[in-house]
Amino acid sequence: MNKILEGSRAIAETIKNIGVDVVSAYPITPQTHIVEELAKIKADGEANFEYVRAESEFAAASIVEGASATGVRTYTATSSQGLLLMTEVLYNIAGMRLPVVMTDANRAISAPINIWNDQQDVMVVRDAGWIMLFGETVQEVCDLHVLAYKVAEQMMLPVMVNLDGFVLTHVVEPVNIPEAEKVKKYLPKYNPKEFLDVNNPLSFGAFVTPEHYMEIRKELYDDIVASEKVMIKEMKEFKKIFGRDLNLIEYYGDKNADTVIVAMGSVLGTIKEAVDELNGKPHLNPPLRKGRKNSVGVLKIVSFRPFPDSEIAKILFKAKNIAVIDKSLSLGQEGIIATEIKRALSGEKKKIVSYILGLGGRDITKEMVKGVIHGINKEKNRVVFVGK
Amino acid sequence: MSNTKNNIKYKAPLSHQLNPGHSACAGCGMIIAARLVMDTAGPNTIVTNATGCSEVTTTQYPMTSFKMPWIHSLFENPAPMASGILAALKVKGLEDKVNVLVVGGDGATFDIGIGLISGMWERGENTLYICYDNEAYQNTGYQSSSSTPFDANTTTTPPGKKSSGSQQLKKDMIGIALAHNLPYVATASVGNTLDVVAKVKKALSIKGPKYLQIYCPCVPGWGIEPKDTMNVARSAVQSGFYPIVEYIDGELVSKKSAQGGSALGGVTKKVSIEEFLKPQKRFKHLFKDENGKLEIAKIQKIADENIEKYKLI
Ligand SMILES: Cc1ncc(C[n+]2csc(CCOP(=O)(O)OP(=O)(O)O)c2C)c(N)n1
Ligand SMILES: [Mg+2]
Repeated sequence: MNKILEGSRAIAETIKNIGVDVVSAYPITPQTHIVEELAKIKADGEANFEYVRAESEFAAASIVEGASATGVRTYTATSSQGLLLMTEVLYNIAGMRLPVVMTDANRAISAPINIWNDQQDVMVVRDAGWIMLFGETVQEVCDLHVLAYKVAEQMMLPVMVNLDGFVLTHVVEPVNIPEAEKVKKYLPKYNPKEFLDVNNPLSFGAFVTPEHYMEIRKELYDDIVASEKVMIKEMKEFKKIFGRDLNLIEYYGDKNADTVIVAMGSVLGTIKEAVDELNGKPHLNPPLRKGRKNSVGVLKIVSFRPFPDSEIAKILFKAKNIAVIDKSLSLGQEGIIATEIKRALSGEKKKIVSYILGLGGRDITKEMVKGVIHGINKEKNRVVFVGK
Repeated sequence: MSNTKNNIKYKAPLSHQLNPGHSACAGCGMIIAARLVMDTAGPNTIVTNATGCSEVTTTQYPMTSFKMPWIHSLFENPAPMASGILAALKVKGLEDKVNVLVVGGDGATFDIGIGLISGMWERGENTLYICYDNEAYQNTGYQSSSSTPFDANTTTTPPGKKSSGSQQLKKDMIGIALAHNLPYVATASVGNTLDVVAKVKKALSIKGPKYLQIYCPCVPGWGIEPKDTMNVARSAVQSGFYPIVEYIDGELVSKKSAQGGSALGGVTKKVSIEEFLKPQKRFKHLFKDENGKLEIAKIQKIADENIEKYKLI
């Protein structure tokens, strides 16, 4: 059913329809509305999950970890400083192979303190062993949560669904909340074989010496790699039941583009509009070939971990210029997606420029995007900050 | 790929709840306390354990000493783990049928986990928190914690020309627990095993968050002989150095020991503070010169204040 809702309410209603057992969270802007809505849903008797109030994000993450280890379906959400505070627990959840699902409302990191959107927070935990997904619209974010539980519980891997803070958490737009009956068809009851159980006593979280540690870590690595195929399969399954598309990556624009913009999250909307306005029109700055018209494509990354290297390479191998737009950066290095793209295309001779936009909530305009497209041919710098 | 392949978890055999085969030192006070606690709590119990000696010595992959469901996550978080476990048990309708034990060392309890413990207590869940108090970060090589007693030599409070060891007083964790209005707060010493057992039983018979702090000598950390663990654990109590108290609903209901009498660890004037300090290398520097005597007098004063505060004699 199509409803007009705030992004946070839509996520909360999706979580309700998924049927989680234990929720624990700690408030931080711009995640707050999600956990407030869940508290309201519980208070109104619309769902009967346990809602455990935590005294910090570190506690919230530990609470869902303990609950997940006891064999029930869990949910938490956070943002920015809260995600960083959770870091030690997030690594632990993944290492323990617990299928926790969480939402991160992406926000800048202090200092200087700033509550607005960028994607620096999540990059801090990109190697924690979580599957990491990024939605462009509220609809996609809701759908990704349903997929997240399906994949998490199948693979015994935690999944983090990311959405841009404020831009998506606070936007009001029409959305189809995944219906509870359809979720039931898609997502089996969570029924783990091993959990904390007095009838089947097991030890979890053992101390592992050099003799065994590597194999256990490699197993985690292998399973995250393997989750790519599982996600593709489950995305198809999702389409059958819900009728909506989900993809690891998506391509938009000119099929034979000489310039491709790569990005992740809500900024894709602005980028696509800018590209629509440019495509087919004469190129302003020296075109690749004389008289050639603008021919631009857009590559959207949905799955950041696993990073679908070969799928991405298949799309980008034709392009000459690749502009990677990052809302985060490795200080002293470059944009983090830029590094990933260079790695995925290693061996290919291409011009890949790392553009940093929108840090700390700076608006990203169509003009900025157009500037990137027009300028990339002449661009000499490896990393370019676009603030105006 | 699936949870069956997930070999971080494995099955346990044997007759105790915490079984031999662990790697604790000979004479380890903590492991004695742990076995008493686990056997008393029994199989219908889930344990969440902080990082520290009690964890690394008992569950070295691919083995485990625990016959009960047991989980270790991090150094500081067994308390919120317990809250999560209880929430899940509630979902399953088992919250009144299974004990949830939270265990950690003094470092986990007095220091790094204290905010998280406060959060758990404030939520009022039905848990028993056990602190194995060996008065330092023993697992990482005997560094001081806020439980370390005054003048003790630890690797981060070494005595020297300008210092007589740790210059801070032991944190009043019992006072902190009482301030949370817990229905049960107690100390015990592993030197009185029956008292440990009685207090675990008592605590588990009460609903709500409980705290039991058990005094556990550490052979290498304190520099004692393995044969002296029980003696030192007793003389600490007998000298008034480590008060043994029990509070129900904030009322002091017993002191010394549940059984009473000095032989079982009650306070007696006959045991001087020197007698307690002497066998321990962590206090050896106090027996070298005149200055040391002054320091010992300060420790005597701490013990006297304990005796006075809790009316131990
Ligand atoms: C966040 C974090 N900091 C530090 C450590 C290192 N560490 C592991 S155990 C330990 C000391 C444990 O002391 P305590 O809780 O008193 O237990 P004990 O080993 O003395 O029984 C420390 C410092 C850690 N594992 N995690
Ligand atoms: Mg200790």
